[in-house]
Amino acid sequence: MQVNMKGVGLGKKLLKRNEIYLFFVIIGLSIILSIFNPNFFTLENLFDILRSYSFMGILAVGLLVVLLSGGIDISFTANATVAQYVMAYLLVNNPEMSIFLAIFIPCTIGIVLGGINASLIYFLNAPPIIITIATLNVFFGVLQFISGGKWLYNFPVWFRNFSKITVIKLFNPEGIPYGLSILTIIWIAIILGTFFILKYTTLGRKIYAMGGNIEAAKRSGLNILQLQMFVYCFMGLFAGIASIIQALLAQTVAPNAIMGRELEIIAAVVLGGASLAGGSGSLIGTLLGVSLIAVISNGLTLMRVSSYWQKVFIGLIIIISVSVTALQRRAVARRVAVVDVGE
Amino acid sequence: MAVLFLQMSRISKFYAGVRALDNVDFSLDRGEIHCLVGENGSGKSTLIKIISGVEKPEEGADILLEGKRLDIEHFTSKNSIDNGVHVIYQDLSLFPNLTVRENIGFNMHVEKGKKFVNWADINKIAQEVVEDIGVNIELEREVGTLSIADQQLVAICKALIGDLKLLIMDEPTSSLTKNEVDSLFSVVKKLKKRGITTLFVSHKLNEILEIAERVTVLRDGKCVGVYDPDELDHEKLTYLMTGKKIEYIKPDTDSVFSEKLLEVRGFSKKGNFKDIDLTLYKGEILGIIGLLGSGRTEFALSLFGINAAGKGRILIEGKEVKIRANKDALNHGIGYVPEDRLELGLVMPQSIGNNITITILQKLLNNLNMIDKGKKEDAVERGVSDLAIKVASTESAVMTLSGGNQQRVVLAKWISTEPRILILDEPTVGIDVAAKSSIHEIIKKLAAQGIGIILISDEIQEVLYNCHRILVMRKGRITGEFRTGEITEEKLFQVVNAG
Repeated sequence: MQVNMKGVGLGKKLLKRNEIYLFFVIIGLSIILSIFNPNFFTLENLFDILRSYSFMGILAVGLLVVLLSGGIDISFTANATVAQYVMAYLLVNNPEMSIFLAIFIPCTIGIVLGGINASLIYFLNAPPIIITIATLNVFFGVLQFISGGKWLYNFPVWFRNFSKITVIKLFNPEGIPYGLSILTIIWIAIILGTFFILKYTTLGRKIYAMGGNIEAAKRSGLNILQLQMFVYCFMGLFAGIASIIQALLAQTVAPNAIMGRELEIIAAVVLGGASLAGGSGSLIGTLLGVSLIAVISNGLTLMRVSSYWQKVFIGLIIIISVSVTALQRRAVARRVAVVDVGE
Repeated sequence: MAVLFLQMSRISKFYAGVRALDNVDFSLDRGEIHCLVGENGSGKSTLIKIISGVEKPEEGADILLEGKRLDIEHFTSKNSIDNGVHVIYQDLSLFPNLTVRENIGFNMHVEKGKKFVNWADINKIAQEVVEDIGVNIELEREVGTLSIADQQLVAICKALIGDLKLLIMDEPTSSLTKNEVDSLFSVVKKLKKRGITTLFVSHKLNEILEIAERVTVLRDGKCVGVYDPDELDHEKLTYLMTGKKIEYIKPDTDSVFSEKLLEVRGFSKKGNFKDIDLTLYKGEILGIIGLLGSGRTEFALSLFGINAAGKGRILIEGKEVKIRANKDALNHGIGYVPEDRLELGLVMPQSIGNNITITILQKLLNNLNMIDKGKKEDAVERGVSDLAIKVASTESAVMTLSGGNQQRVVLAKWISTEPRILILDEPTVGIDVAAKSSIHEIIKKLAAQGIGIILISDEIQEVLYNCHRILVMRKGRITGEFRTGEITEEKLFQVVNAG
C-alpha cells in the first residue's frame, strides 16, 4: 500500500515537471523524423548527434549554473573563441606541445576571462547582461584585431586522432565502424560533476539560494563575490573545454566559428526550464533542451532542408515550447485564486 | 518574578544629522511577548537594527544581554545571532526556489568549513522542528508556492534551529487572515513556554492588544512609555502613537439615499462568488467587509471587468450595462483602486504627475493629437491640491513617497477620470494611523460630491466609521447587511469572524 502510494506520488511529480513535456516532444519529433528518414532512428545517428552536440551541451551546462545563480553570460562564445584561438596558434606553431598544455591553456584563459566578467559585475554592481555583452565585444574584437581573422589548420596528428577515439566500437550494415565518442564521454562527465556540485556541495546550494533571493543570501552571510566569481569562472572553464572540443570536431580554427552560437545555447537552456530570473532550472532540462535543438537540426539536415529553414523551425519550436510553459503557468495561477464558495 | 533578558539604556541614533532615536530606554523580560509600536519614522526599525547588530548606537549607550554588558563597538549581526537573537523581517528572507526543509536547515550550509551537504541531517532537523512546534507544512514543497502565513512559519522554524532566545518579528500579521494570525499566535505562545522572548513590531492595533503582555510605544524617536495592554484601547493607543486625538465618529447614519447608482443582480462566478445582489446609491459609501479569501477582491475585480462574472446583471442608473473588460467599466465611469497599489496601482519609477494623468491621457490631447502640457499641468495640480499630496515637486518619482502619499496619488489618478462609482480595495493597508484618517476624510469628501463608493476592507473600524451601510462577505456570498448606525464594533467582529 505504502509503496503504491509512493509510486503514484512519483508519477504525479514527474508530470508536474516541465521536463517531461519536453521529453515527449523530443520522442514525438524523433518518431516523425524517422518516418521521413529511416536513417534518423539508428544508434549510429544517435552517437553522431551526441558527438557533435557535446560542444553545445557543455556550454549549456555552464550557462545553466550562471542562470541558477541569478546571472547571465552572453560573452561565453567570445571567451571560448579566444581560448581556442590561443590554443590552436600554439599547437600549430609548436606541434611538439604536450597534451597537458593544450588542455591547460584554454581552460585557464576561460577561467581568467570569466573572472573578469565576475569582477566587473560585482564591483560595478551592474546588470550581468550589459557587462557580458560588453566583454563579448571586447574579447572578440581584440582577438580579431590580433589574429587578423586568419584561419588555423594543420594540427598535429595526435590532435586529429584524439577526436576519433570511441569507447564502444560497432559496425554499421556497410561495415563502417562507429561508436560512442570520447567527446560525448567528456560531456557526460561534466554533467555528472556539475550535478554533484549543485546537489551535494554547500557551494551548489548557495548558488541556488543566491539565485532565489540575493538579499536573503546576503543576510544569511553568503559571500556574494565568491559565489559570483565561482559561477562565471565555472562558465569560463567550460567555455575553455568546449572550445577544445569544437576544435577537435572541426579540425580548423576560425575566429568567427563559434561566434553567434550564444543565443541558440541560451534558448536551449531556457527551453529546458531554466528561469532567466534565476534560481530554477535543472540539468535534465538543459540536456533535453539541447537534445531538442539537436534533434531538429539533425533531422532537418537528414531531410535535406536548407539551413535557413532550420533556423525558422528552431525559432518556431522555441515559441511553441514557451507557449506551453506560459499556458501551464496560467492554469496554475487560476487555481490559486479559487474561493471556497461552499457549494 | 520576571527575569530581565535585555536591557538597553540611553540609545540614540542619528542618520545624517536626523535624530532617529533619542535617548531611548527599552527592556525585555525572559519569555515575555512584547510589542513595539509606533508610526513609520518613529524609530522602531532603527531600534531593531541596533538589537540585531546591524546598526551601532551613538556613544553613551549601554546594552545588557542576559546580564552581560555588550561590547557595542564590536557588536555585529553575527554576534547577535550567536546570542540567540533572530529577526524575521517583513520580507521573511527565505529562498522561494528551495524546499521548506532546505530553507529551515539552510544555516547548516553556511557553517564554517562545511563543503558537502548532508541531506539526511537537514531532513532530520527540519522534521524535528516542524513536529516540535506542531505546524503542518509539507517539507517537500517549494517555499515560493506556500501562503505568506506558512512562509512565516517556515521562517520561525528556521530561527528555531540553533539556540533561539529572542525572536523579533517585523509586521508579522500585515498580510494574514484571522485564522492564520491565530495559529501564528499559538506558535508564539508555545515559544513562550520554552522561555523564548518574542518581540512584535507592528501597527495593527487590535492584534497587538490581543497577544502582548507589555507594549512599548515609540514616537518621533522617543519612548512614550511602556504599557500593560489592559490599560490600553484602540483609541488610547492611537493617541499615544500619533500624539493627536483621532476621533472615530460614525458618518451621518440618518442620511437617506434615494438615487440608485449601481445595481448588481445575481452576480456569480464559479469558484469566486455566488448570488451577489447589491445596490449602491449616489453619494453613499458602501462597505464590504470580509476576510482574505472571502471572494471580496474577486467580486470587485469582476465589477471592474477584469475577472468577468459568469452570471448576473449590472444596472447603472437603471440602465442595464455589460461589463466584459475593464475598458467597459471605465466607459461607464467605474474606477478601481487595487489592494496592491505597488504592483497594480502605480508605475513606481515614474513621476507623480505622470501617474496621476495616466488614466486620462485621451482628454489631454490637443489639436495635433499630442499631450497638451498646460492641460496636463492643470490636471496634475488639481489632483495634488484636492488630495493634499505633500511633495516638493510633482516631477519626483512615486517610489520616493511614503505609503500614505502613494495611496493619495492612486486616488488622484482615479479621481481625475471623474468616476461615478469608485471601488476602493483596502485603501489604507500598510499606512500609518494619521495618514489613514486623512485618506478617510478624502473618501468622505468624494462621496459628498455624489460619487458612489464601495469600500472593501477587513478592518472593522475602517468600515464602521466610514461607511453608511455594510455588507458582510463570507465564502463568496453576502451573508449580512447592516446600517452602521445599527451595529457595534463587537457585533460586527463576531459576524465577520463567524464560522
